[in-house]
Amino acid sequence: MLLNLLNTLLSTLKDVLPIATILFGFQLFVIRRPIPNVKNVLVGFIYVIIGLTFFLVGLEKALFPLGRLMADQLTNPEFIFGANGVVPDVVNWADYYWVYIFAFAIGFSTTIAEPSLMAVAIKANDVSGGAIGVWGLRIAVALGVAIGISLGTYRIVSGLSMHYFIITGYIFVVIQTFYAPKLIIPLAYDSGGVTTSTVTVPLVAALGLGLAETVPGRNPLLDGFGLIAFASLFPVMSVMAYAQLSEMMSKRAKQKK
Amino acid sequence: MNTAFWALLKSMLGSLRDLAPIILVVVVFQLGVFGQPMPNLGELLIGLVFVTLGLTFFIYGLEMGLFPIGESMAHAFARKGSVVWLIIFAFSLGFGTTVAEPALIAVAAEAANVAANGGMIEQSVAARDSYATGLRYTVALSVGLAIVLGVIRILKGWPIHFMIIGGYLLVVTMTVFAPKEIIGIAYDSGGVTTSTITVPLVTALGVGLASSIKGRNPMIDGFGLIAFASLLPMIFVMAYGMVI
Repeated sequence: MLLNLLNTLLSTLKDVLPIATILFGFQLFVIRRPIPNVKNVLVGFIYVIIGLTFFLVGLEKALFPLGRLMADQLTNPEFIFGANGVVPDVVNWADYYWVYIFAFAIGFSTTIAEPSLMAVAIKANDVSGGAIGVWGLRIAVALGVAIGISLGTYRIVSGLSMHYFIITGYIFVVIQTFYAPKLIIPLAYDSGGVTTSTVTVPLVAALGLGLAETVPGRNPLLDGFGLIAFASLFPVMSVMAYAQLSEMMSKRAKQKK
Repeated sequence: MNTAFWALLKSMLGSLRDLAPIILVVVVFQLGVFGQPMPNLGELLIGLVFVTLGLTFFIYGLEMGLFPIGESMAHAFARKGSVVWLIIFAFSLGFGTTVAEPALIAVAAEAANVAANGGMIEQSVAARDSYATGLRYTVALSVGLAIVLGVIRILKGWPIHFMIIGGYLLVVTMTVFAPKEIIGIAYDSGGVTTSTITVPLVTALGVGLASSIKGRNPMIDGFGLIAFASLLPMIFVMAYGMVI
């Protein structure tokens, strides 16, 4: 346990080291000014490192094993077709309904707990003067990830080609861009990238690989990838939709007055 | 001391609330769908305490350390007025944080396997290693360039959507020509490059820059750096697959 903590601490330090070197190097040699509140900043860095270490060890201890186990169980043909059921050569996509439900639930809940999304939501709330709520944004992104991942699992089961989904998604994003409130657009584009890091990726990857290995006719090397792409594309749409909806509602409220 | 304790307790409760959905999903599926008891309950609880503590510390440190330094550096660069140094900084931040990213190393190794099995490269360890390393540097280079591009956009005040839509068009066009094996990895590589420490820093940098330059709106111009950092790697990885 202690060893585990120390190991994770070391690897977190290794991650932070290049970043810290760049930051402090530029501060010292290029900007050549003392950092304001240098003590606070350093303590903050230490907190971030301790926080990430505990976070990762806790995930590795509690959530990941269970999540991976569940992904395995859910994709197990015995679970889907009954204990002595025969796996048909061509599977019916509807038999996998638990997989889609699980993908939705796990996509939503892990995104709510994603630290980098919290960071962006806090910043967006600050910058917009409270117009963009921390929770509104987080729930919008989480819904996007949930829809994206369940659609991604459906794609693996059905064997449809990924680029049709992604290209259709892009077309939607482009159309929405012209109708969504201007202020939200950069934030919406960003939200695609922040959703997939520490919490979501390991669980989602397990689900994708599990499916690609057990669904007949799928190749884990070709079909196991791509879930993360779905999880990065759909939040862009859901965040813009969230802004469009709240704009529509505030317009309607004004008209009533 | 007492108030600090209450503040800590309050933010721990907040972290617990952030984790509640995951706990709910896991419990409902384990008990309700599989009809099995929770395994290793003790370890599970310890893990949960760790995750809660970790999240609390991370958010604290974020507001104390990462956000302030990102913004103060952005202000300092804006005051200094040296575009060259700002661009060098932006590139090193993007490149430096990506090249050692564990998620990227894992994906690159996986990609080398795919390429070897697909017959794109030789089935030897050396060939795979050099393929994986090449891919890693390609992605890191693309993230560095993406942050530079994003910073230049903030300086010039270019509208973001034309650049992103242009990027999408490029991705779609390249999808047609790139080898089939690389496409899934390329699409995923956009998502794995942005780590938990990079995102707050890059966001603070963008918002700080936009708020210290006259005529820029931090909401419209400050965000968007991460969008570039997820789009450019897709283009570069597909290009890598086409060249090799």
